[in-house]
Amino acid sequence: MKAKAKRNAEPVSEALEKAAMGIPGLDEITGGGLPKGRPTLICGSAGCGKTVLSMEFLVRGAVEQGEPGVFMAFEETEEDLTKNVASLGFNLRTLTAQKKVVVDYVHIERSEIEETGEYDLEGLFIRLGHAIDSIGAKRVVLDTIEALFVSLPNEAILRAELRRLFRWLKDKGVTAIITAERGQEAFTRHGLEEYVADCVILLDHRINDQISTRRLRVVKYRGSIHGTNEYPFMIGKEGVSVLPITSLGLEHAASELRISSGVPRLDAMLGGKGYYRGSSVLVSGTAGSGKSSLAAAFVDAAARRGERCLYFAFEESQSQILRNMRSIGIDLEPAVRAGLVQFHAARPTLCGLEMHLLEIHDAIRKLKPKVVVIDPVTNLMSTGTGNEVKSMLTRLIDCFKTEQITAFFTSLTSGESAPEQTEVGVSSLMDTWLLARNIEANGERNRGLYVLKSRGMPHSNQIREFVLSSQGIQLLDVYVGGDTLLTGSARLAQESREKAAASQRQQEIARRSRELEREGQAIEAQIATLRAGLEAKAEQFKLEIAQDSRRQTALLEAEMKIGRSRMADSAMGLGGKHKPQRNGV
Amino acid sequence: MKANPIEDQTQKFEKGLKSSGAEQYVLRLYVTGTTAKSVQAITNIKRVCEQHLKGRYALEVVDIYQRPVLAKTEQIIAAPTLVKLLPSPLKKMIGNLANTERVLLGLDLRPKEGGAEK
Repeated sequence: MKAKAKRNAEPVSEALEKAAMGIPGLDEITGGGLPKGRPTLICGSAGCGKTVLSMEFLVRGAVEQGEPGVFMAFEETEEDLTKNVASLGFNLRTLTAQKKVVVDYVHIERSEIEETGEYDLEGLFIRLGHAIDSIGAKRVVLDTIEALFVSLPNEAILRAELRRLFRWLKDKGVTAIITAERGQEAFTRHGLEEYVADCVILLDHRINDQISTRRLRVVKYRGSIHGTNEYPFMIGKEGVSVLPITSLGLEHAASELRISSGVPRLDAMLGGKGYYRGSSVLVSGTAGSGKSSLAAAFVDAAARRGERCLYFAFEESQSQILRNMRSIGIDLEPAVRAGLVQFHAARPTLCGLEMHLLEIHDAIRKLKPKVVVIDPVTNLMSTGTGNEVKSMLTRLIDCFKTEQITAFFTSLTSGESAPEQTEVGVSSLMDTWLLARNIEANGERNRGLYVLKSRGMPHSNQIREFVLSSQGIQLLDVYVGGDTLLTGSARLAQESREKAAASQRQQEIARRSRELEREGQAIEAQIATLRAGLEAKAEQFKLEIAQDSRRQTALLEAEMKIGRSRMADSAMGLGGKHKPQRNGV
Repeated sequence: MKANPIEDQTQKFEKGLKSSGAEQYVLRLYVTGTTAKSVQAITNIKRVCEQHLKGRYALEVVDIYQRPVLAKTEQIIAAPTLVKLLPSPLKKMIGNLANTERVLLGLDLRPKEGGAEK
C-alpha cells in the first residue's frame, strides 16, 4: 500500500492541483474539486442553483479548508445574500466578522451612467484586489458578472476587460467561480466560456411530468479526468448535494452473517438461516400479496435483535402501517417508541427522485440503521423514467452494501406484466428475490410464496402457501394434486381427507395386528395341546417299559425257582439258568 | 427629525432652480493613478468646469489606488468615473470625459432634446 501511494504521489505533484468544493458528490465527479488557482465557469438558467453552489464553495472553503473567500455579487445585496444562504445553514455575518468571507455587492444603475469616453474596469479590479488582500482570500466568486453587460454600454471594452480580469485572477492565484446565465445556443448568453475555459460546469433544472430535477454536468475540465454524465443534485437543508454520494465501484465486502427474515419457515426455505446481512432482498408481487407484511416481519425480527431499522413508506402512513401490522400479530409500536424503528412516510411525487435518494441518504447517515425497508420501490417509478430509477437504485443498493445494511425492497407487479419481471428492472441487482403471488382456484384467492433466487445459499424450490393470520405470518406446504395447486379451503379439504385416510389406515393396521395376535394365540394353544399329548404318550411309554421289566424279573425269578427245584445246583448261577431254559425249549 | 433636512434640501433645490444657472456643483473624479485615461479625464473635466461652471463648482480628484475602500462604498467599477454629487440627481460619467457633449449632458448643462421637462 505504501509503495503504491508513493508511486501515485509523483505524478500528482505534476498534475493539476485542486481546490476541494466540500460538496458531497461534486468532489468525486471532478476528481477532487475545481482547478486550483484557475477560474471555473458555472452556467445555467435562472433559479438552477448557481449562486447557492458558488456560495457553498466559498463558505466550505473558508470553514473547512481554511481558504478565505470573496463573494462579489452583481445581483443580490449583502443583506439578501445573507438571508438567502442562512436558510442553508451558512452564517455569512459571522464569517464576515471573522474575516473569512468578504461580500461585495456591485451595483450599477444604468440610468445613472453616462459614457463620456474611453474607460476601463480598473475600479472593479481595485475593489476585488482590495477585498482579496484584506483577508488573504484564496477563493473568489463573481456572481453574475454578466450583469455588467446590461449596465455598461460598450461591449467591446467590457469584453477586453473581462479577458483581462480572468487573466488577472489567474495571476493572483485564486480559485475563482464565475457564474453566467445559460444562453440560447452557447453555454452562456454573452459567450464567457471563451475567456474561462479551464473548467465549465453546467447546471440544469428540468421538469419531467411535473416533477423537477436539478442536474449538473461537468462539460469541460482541462487537465483532469472527470465524470461526464449528468448527475442529479439537490439543494437541501445543508446545501448542495450531488449524486453519486458513494462511488460506483463494486468493492463492498460480502458478509457471511445471516439474519432471520422474521418468518421461521421462510428462514428454512433460505437454507435454514435467513438472509445474508448486507444483502438486498426484493419481494415482488401483485397488490395484496403480502409484501408489506413480509417487510414488517423482517423489521420486527430486526428490532427484536436490537437493530435499528428505517422504514420508507411510499404508500401508507406510519400509523396506518402500525395498525395494519398489529392485525397480523406484529406490533412495531414499542420498537418505534424505543427509537429502534423509524418511519419515513412520504408521497413519492412530493419531490424528485434525487430528493428522495438524498433524503434516504440523510436518514441513513443520521440513524445508522442495520435494516432498511423501501415499500414499495415501484412507487418511485412515478418520479422518473425507468433508467433514472434504475440508476438511482443502483446507487442506493451500492450505498447499502458498503454500509452493510440489509435492504428490503418491495415491488408491486401490475396484473398484466409477468410476475418474474419487476417494473423497475432491478431484479438483477438483488441478492434474494421472493415472489409473492396470488393463486386463484375453486373460487378463492390464496397467497403463495416462493424463492425465485437467493444468491450464495441453498434454497427451497417449492411454493409455500402464505397465510396471514392474527398469529402472524405462516408458511404452509401446498398440495400438488394432479396438475393444480391446492391452497386455502381446497388445501384444508385435502388435509382432512388425508387425515381421514390416515386414521383409516391406522385402524386397519390395528385390526390386522390384533388378528395376527389372535392367530398366534390359537397356534400357541394348539402347540400346547400337542405337547400335552406327546407328554402323555411318553408317560404311557415309560409305564409300559416299567411293566415289561417287572414282568421279566418276575419271569426270571419264576424260572430260577423252577430250576432250583429241579436240580438244586444253585452254584451254577446264570449258566445253569440258561441251560435248563434251552432245554426247556 | 428626519423630515427637516429633506425639507431643507427641497427648499434649497427650489431656490437654486429659481436662481437658474447658479447651482453649486459638487463633483468627484475617481481616477486610477496616473494612467493616460486618468490624466486625460482630469484635464477634460477641468476644462469643462472652467468653461461652464466657473466659480460654482467643487471638484475633488480621488485616486482609488490610494483609497480602495471608496471604490466599494461609492460603487465605482469603471475608471475614470466622474460623480456628480450635487445638484441631484446623482450621475456617474464613465470614461476619460473626452466627449464634451456627453459630459455636458451628464452635468445637466445642455437642455435635453424635446425641450424642457417640467
